[in-house]
Order: sequence, then C-alpha cells, then structure tokens
Amino acid sequence: MKNEIDRGGAHHPLIELTLARLREFLREPEALFWTFVFPIIMSVALAIAFPGSGVKPAVVGIEPGDRGAAIRQALAATQGITIRDIRPGDEERALREGEVHLLIVPTDPPAYRYDVAREESHLARLLVDDALKRAAGRKDPFSAREEPVRIAGSRYVDWLIPGIVGMTIMGTSMWGIGFSVVQTRMRKVLKRLIASPMRKHEFLLAQIGGRLVFLAPEAGVPLLLGAFVLGMPIRGSMLSISVVCLVGALAFGGLGLLLASRARTFEAISGLMNLAMVPMWVVSGVFFSSSNFPQAVQPIIQALPLTALINALRAVILEGAGTAGVWRELAVLAAWGVVGFGVALRIFRWR
Amino acid sequence: MPAVTCDQLVKRYGAVVAVDGLSFSVERGECFGLLGPNGAGKTTTIEILEGLLEPDAGGVEILGLRWRTAERELRQRLGIQLQETQLAEKLTVEETLRVFRSFYHRGRTIDELLAIVELESKRGSWVGRLSGGQKQRLAVACALAGDPDLLFLDEPTTGLDPQSRRQLWDLLKRFRQDGGTLVLTTHYMDEAETLCDRVAIIDHGGMIAQGTPRDLIAALGAPRVVTHSGTLEDVFVSLTGRHLREE
Ligand SMILES: Nc1ncnc2c1ncn2[C@@H]1O[C@H](COP(=O)(O)OP(=O)(O)OP(=O)(O)O)[C@@H](O)[C@H]1O
Ligand SMILES: [Mg+2]
Repeated sequence: MKNEIDRGGAHHPLIELTLARLREFLREPEALFWTFVFPIIMSVALAIAFPGSGVKPAVVGIEPGDRGAAIRQALAATQGITIRDIRPGDEERALREGEVHLLIVPTDPPAYRYDVAREESHLARLLVDDALKRAAGRKDPFSAREEPVRIAGSRYVDWLIPGIVGMTIMGTSMWGIGFSVVQTRMRKVLKRLIASPMRKHEFLLAQIGGRLVFLAPEAGVPLLLGAFVLGMPIRGSMLSISVVCLVGALAFGGLGLLLASRARTFEAISGLMNLAMVPMWVVSGVFFSSSNFPQAVQPIIQALPLTALINALRAVILEGAGTAGVWRELAVLAAWGVVGFGVALRIFRWR
Repeated sequence: MPAVTCDQLVKRYGAVVAVDGLSFSVERGECFGLLGPNGAGKTTTIEILEGLLEPDAGGVEILGLRWRTAERELRQRLGIQLQETQLAEKLTVEETLRVFRSFYHRGRTIDELLAIVELESKRGSWVGRLSGGQKQRLAVACALAGDPDLLFLDEPTTGLDPQSRRQLWDLLKRFRQDGGTLVLTTHYMDEAETLCDRVAIIDHGGMIAQGTPRDLIAALGAPRVVTHSGTLEDVFVSLTGRHLREE
C-alpha cells in the first residue's frame, strides 16, 4: 500500500494515549489505593452493618443484682433477646445512645421504659412482654402454624448494594478523569500535546478508556462481596450487568470530561464535581428510594445518570432483567455520555 | 516559496503589546534566529507561527499553507519544542516518545530518536527523574518524531551543559543538511552565530535589526572593536541597551 501510515513501531495513537493514561494511573499510588480500597471499605462496612442473618436481636437492659433475677431467667430462654446489665443512674444514657432498645424496671409487675419513636423498641417491648407473661403462666388460646419463607433480595442490604456500585462507578469515573485532566492542563502537558498532530477526540477518548480497565475491580468487588458474603442474589446475567456498568462508566466519563473541560485548578474541578455529584447521591436512590421525592420533580430525577444507572443495576441484579429490559436507562446513560463528550470536545481548554 | 512568512503581526495582552507589527520570512533550508531580551516577544511570535496563538492582526503562512485551512497537514510537517515543554512525569522516556511518534504518519523509529538525542541509557527512566538537560533533549526528540520539514525551537539549549549544547548543535546541523528548516530563539549569541544563517533582533515586540550575523557585526562598525573582532553579542548589547528587563 502506498499511503500506509508508518508509526515507527508505535501503536495507533488511541492505544498509545490510553496506555499512557493507564500507566500514569498505575504509577500514582494514592489514586490506585483509593480505586481498589474504597469499594472494599464500602463493602466491608456493609457486611458489618448487615450481618447475614438479617434480623438483629432486641437488646434489653436490666439492673444487675437479685431484684431482676427472675426476669433475667425468663428472658434467657427466649430467642432473639439479648440482655445487658445497666446500672441504676445509667438508664437514660443507655436508652439515648441505643445501647439498649428497652429497659425493664424489675418491680412487680415490671415496668418497660423505652423510646416510643423507635421501631426496634416497640419490637423489643412485644418480645419481652410475651416472654414474661408466658413465664408467668399465661396460657395461649391457640398456636398459629408458622410458615416462614425467605425471599432472597428483599432485604435493605440487597437493595443497597447496587446503589453503592452505581455510586462507586460515578465517583471513580468522575474523579479519575477530572483530576488527571486538570493536572495535565495545569502542568501545560496539554499545550505540548496540542502542538503535535494529536487528534483531540482521541485524547479525550483515551481519558475514558484508561479508566474502563478499573471498572472490573470497582464494580466487581462490591458485587462479589454482596453475593458471597451478604447473600445478595444475582438474578441477571453477568453480561447484562457488565453492559450496564460499562455504559454507566462511559456516561460518567463523558460527564467527567465535560466538567473538566475548562477548569484550571483543583479547587475549581472539586467544586464542580461536588456540585454535580452530591445532589445525585441524595436524589438518585443510593440509600433510600428516589420515589420519596415529589411527583413533580420525578422527570428530572429519572433523567439523572446516577438514577438511570442504579435503577438499571437493581433491575438487572435483583429482578433478573436483561439489557432489553433496561433500554430506557441505557439510553439515558448513553445520552449523557455522548452529549458530555461532544460538548467537552467543543469547549475543551487545551492550555 | 518561503518556509515561513509573517506580515505585520500584532499580539496584545491587555495594555501590553507583546508583538508590534513584526514581518519577516524564512527561506527553506535556512536557519533563522529570533534574538531579544526577556519579554521582547520571541515566544509570543513563535507560538503564533506554530498556530498556538491567534494574532490580533497580521498574516502567517507556513510552508505555503495557512493555519485556518491546513492545520492537520501543518501539524504533521512541523516539529515543535516549547519554551517550557512539559511532559508527563510518570511516563518513561521511551513511552513518551512512543506517544508522540504515534501521532505522526512518517518519521524515525523510537530507537533512532533515542540514539539521536543520546538518551538510550535513560530509555526506561521516568521523565520526572531526568536532569534538566536530559528533559530538554527529550523535548527535542519529541519535536523530531515526525521527521519535520520545519522545526521550531524556543530556547532549546537553555540550561544545557557545554557538551549537551554542542551535541544539540551537531544534531541541528545534521537536520539542516537533510534539508530541514529551523526557526529558533536563543539568548546565546555564540549559538546564533554558529547555527543561524540570519537573525532578527527584536525588542518590545518590534524588529530592531535583521540580517546575517556577519552583516550585523560589520554594520556595528569596525572602529569600536579594536582589540578583538566584533561578535554578535556586541551587536546585541549595542542595539538593545545595557539595562535589565524586569523579568
Ligand atoms: N499570557 C500572557 N498574558 C499576559 N501577558 C503576556 C502573556 N504572554 C506573554 N505576555 C507578555 O508579552 C510580552 C512578551 O512575552 P514573551 O513570552 O513573548 O517574551 P520572550 O521574548 O519570549 O521572553 P523570554 O526571553 O523571557 O522568554 C511580555 O511582556 C510578557 O509579559
Ligand atoms: Mg520566551
């Protein structure tokens, strides 16, 4: 071929730029640390907060000594109740700080002291009352037949993990791209690059491409921990989950580039990043459902990339949807990615 | 057709007129030197020629082409070294060259580039750990990556030791022997005398003198230099004065 391009042993610029970005990142110990450690910390925190069994015991306080001995004995035989010694005078604090859910004053009949605003206190009251009355000789008029079933994926923690995965993808994509672009601009490396025949869109694509490699650990760690340690069900296919994560990362890559397209200082980019991300943490349904917000603002919330990503992840992971089932979310994400990238390319400041 | 022509260039930064109606041209195969005290407007001028700055007035033609219409072709054919070239600190010398080489459709191999600037032994070192002179040589290697027809160098030898300077001079002479055109700025008059066919001395953004080093020295007048033959430095100081520039 006559017009063959001779790159003198180098690869296509898109590959070289992506490799360069990747190498720089791998040689940045702090960035690397946070990429891998942040999802692990999040996941471990979840595992501790939501131990596998799901139901937490009711913690009941009672003063040490003989007065409470009978009560103590009656409760010891009951499942789901943990007894704690609370010294007289310390009751207020123990209740306030949630060290115990209910305090039993061992008079005859006993008194229950608890915070009516707390759900777990009501539960503790029911359990304690039942156990004590039964021990006092109450005869039940009948015993219902128990039919316990366990529906995997219905617990809060199952719902939470896809939210955490979505939040992690957003955070790492945006910070990873935003900071490196601004640093490159501040150090005038961009100016030197733009003096060469480098194609601008290839540089920007490489910024996103260099991040995608880290998607596997970032999304994979919380998902694996959720599945194997916390017993979260994974109903959708690995392929669908990967596609959703990938499209999500591309969306936030485009958005990250857009935010970084003009910023000249770390302060500026940090401000922009927080301005974009903090509202989404709140409204996009990471920790509580976005349906809590009024109907009037729902169209806006549903159009946000984090909402789309988390909804798609929940549908795929918990409900077993395929990519076709979440096409609307994928479309929203793709739109953010493409528009973000396109606008960034136009307004990008190269020096 | 000249390699570079610029006509009545003007560039202002607020009240500062960095370039004030400069016109000159550089023939193909020529080495042209821009001399001038700090803040004279050399970098601004060269960056306008490089298509990195838009002039407020005036026209530029490079290799017979204009930036507005032929940027992609021009970028392939130019080699550029900025006054303060910054390269990614955490890439190695070789990786940096690979990135730059990948942009060009023709040119030398990575190994050849390393050999030209004698950085073979530093091939695997991070850019951030090179000495100043080594970084400068790497910047020149990046500028040479695409086998350019026209090379712009902004203070290429500032901070180099005498050996490195001479090595770079040799390299640039070879570049010219192969038919390359060179535009450079420098504060070293001996460098301009050694390398340049013609120089322009500019100050406050305007042209003060232009010509071959020999003509400029001759024009200074023999009577003033009795004990030694005149140098370009004598010309420079007599034209731009002895006071320091605040920079
Ligand atoms: N971005 C800018 N904003 C404002 N003023 C500028 C800018 N760039 C250059 N100048 C001013 O323009 C004038 C010419 O600067 P320039 O960098 O071209 O000088 P120079 O001849 O390259 O000097 P040196 O020898 O120190 O490199 C100076 O007065 C400088 O302060
Ligand atoms: Mg300068």
